[in-house]
Amino acid sequence: MNDEVSSNVMVLAEHTGMQVSEGTYELIGKARELASALGGVTEVVLLGRRAVAARLDGADIVVSVEHPALEEYLPEAYEQALLEVLAQRSPRLLLMSNATIGLDLGAALSVRWDAPLAGYVSALEIDGGAVMATAKILGGKVLAEVELPGERGIVTVLGGAFSAAAGQLASTPEVVDVTPPAGLDALRMSLRQVFEADGGDVDISSADMLVSVGRGIESQDNMEIVLELAGALGVPLSASRPVVDAGWLPKTRQVGQSGLKVKPKVYLAFGISGAPEHLEGMRNAELIIACNTDPGAPIFGVAHCGTTVDLFDLVPELVDKIRG
Amino acid sequence: MRIVVPVKSVPDLVEEIELTADETGIDREYLTFVLSEWDAQALEEALLLKDAGGAQVVAVGLADDPEIDQILYTALAKGADAAVKIADASVAGLSGPRVIRTADRAALLAGYLADQPADLVVTGVQAADDLDGQLPATLAALLDLPHVSVAVSVVAAGGSVTVRQEFAAGRSHELQVQLPAVIGVQSARQAPRYAPITRIRQAQQAGGLTEVAVSPRAAGAGLVVRRMHRPEAGGHAEMLTGSAGNVADQIVGLLRARGLVKG
Ligand SMILES: Cc1cc2nc3c(=O)[nH]c(=O)nc-3n(C[C@H](O)[C@H](O)[C@H](O)COP(=O)(O)OP(=O)(O)OC[C@H]3O[C@@H](n4cnc5c(N)ncnc54)[C@H](O)[C@@H]3O)c2cc1C
Repeated sequence: MNDEVSSNVMVLAEHTGMQVSEGTYELIGKARELASALGGVTEVVLLGRRAVAARLDGADIVVSVEHPALEEYLPEAYEQALLEVLAQRSPRLLLMSNATIGLDLGAALSVRWDAPLAGYVSALEIDGGAVMATAKILGGKVLAEVELPGERGIVTVLGGAFSAAAGQLASTPEVVDVTPPAGLDALRMSLRQVFEADGGDVDISSADMLVSVGRGIESQDNMEIVLELAGALGVPLSASRPVVDAGWLPKTRQVGQSGLKVKPKVYLAFGISGAPEHLEGMRNAELIIACNTDPGAPIFGVAHCGTTVDLFDLVPELVDKIRG
Repeated sequence: MRIVVPVKSVPDLVEEIELTADETGIDREYLTFVLSEWDAQALEEALLLKDAGGAQVVAVGLADDPEIDQILYTALAKGADAAVKIADASVAGLSGPRVIRTADRAALLAGYLADQPADLVVTGVQAADDLDGQLPATLAALLDLPHVSVAVSVVAAGGSVTVRQEFAAGRSHELQVQLPAVIGVQSARQAPRYAPITRIRQAQQAGGLTEVAVSPRAAGAGLVVRRMHRPEAGGHAEMLTGSAGNVADQIVGLLRARGLVKG
């Protein structure tokens, strides 16, 4: 156990097999900037796959824990291993994704490591030694600027908030091995099966243009009008998560954090509010055109063009004009 | 199996969010509050567990939450067996215009669950006004229970549950989790059921809400909110105005310019 707090900034690496997530590099890039402001270095925690260390070249130090329970992500195993790493390394800050793993572990570590947590973070800086974060809350309608007081903190970061390139450098990190804690042999959960994504009828991530629909469409019957528009344009129909959860479109059409990332030339969004989890999947589209009756909808924060005309008036007009 | 479903209300995001004059919180007075959408999913998943094999489902809210009575009566009308309100006067700083910190909410619920243990706690994976973390993991850590978030299916299997946990791009894991446990639900296996208004009225007339006082667990270190504000209106979007026909012409023009629509 190390009681002295370091000035290091730690990132939890997320990887599927040998594949490191884009978000991990985004965090490493930010961690480097924060660590240099704090006078520390960047440490990356790598659980279960030591061989991945070679791909974490933006890190100064890779802290590796190896144990069979860590081979694939398992919440309780990751939590135990991270608590051990935190106790031994005492970083100033721990950065994690605000996706499944961060939602799973961040708040639990906040209690068990006794450190304040800021979630849904889209901006992060050191200001006179203090850690300041900006969180997107209430579906992106409010920005909260918060300080993480004390000697350590945890931040879960929205995907796409920072540059991934800044986390990919040509260097060779030192690898430090941490002995797996005994708790890993007495877990109260186990992994039974891994399900890969189903292949879909169409690959929305390779389309030039997407017509995308959100909860503003209101009902399955109304889907007809956006299907017609997508048909007239000859492009796939994609959607926000609630439309998929309602069963109106298959999962393969979902855009966002738990769906697919898309980067079409044009993204036409109808009745989508622009929650951070949705923006994560489409903010890099070349031209975003958004239709939403709420002028305060966060989608207008990333859209290039917008309109508050009702989608039920606009979509039929579009169909008419495209069909000519 | 006793299933506890913590539920809460959040501001209806369809409306403009009002902030307090000092810009460090949201002004609850002028907002409409609705059941958090992920709690609605969690309640549905709990009711599906009950339908499948018999369970006692208890919906629990904080007495200080706006619209909580209506939310709890609706839960009863949908099939919850009991509804409980935790009186939260014992925790300083909870009332007033500010949002209740997730850590304080978890501390109260942990106090309740210490008195009235559950085999399974299912609640929403997150809430729109979370800032200092999410309820499921906070609560589980306070109670030292195993926990899984972003669940899209929870099925009973003897002394454990089988949970499907979702990741990006449609990948998921199936986990076996020993009870007692806390699960954060992303979406239920089916869309939340509808409660007929007559059933809600019956529940109200029967008056089945129990109010309890609890001794909260100690809540962890908190954040300091410096300022809240709305993002710049419209951001960088150029707004297209006019009639629907006009706006459609402008959009088709943009698509033509990019060669995406012929003619
Ligand atoms: C772990 C996790 C992962 C998630 N992953 C994803 C993901 O991958 N993808 C995703 O999309 N979401 C995801 N979400 C959900 C996300 O938080 C939001 O709930 C969701 O994006 C909201 O979808 P929406 O914009 O369609 O609905 P809402 O937020 O309800 O917005 C509907 C919009 O329609 C507008 N509208 C209503 N009527 C009309 C009309 N007649 N004409 C025009 N506009 C109208 C309204 O003003 C409103 O802005 C995830 C959440 C979690 C917790």
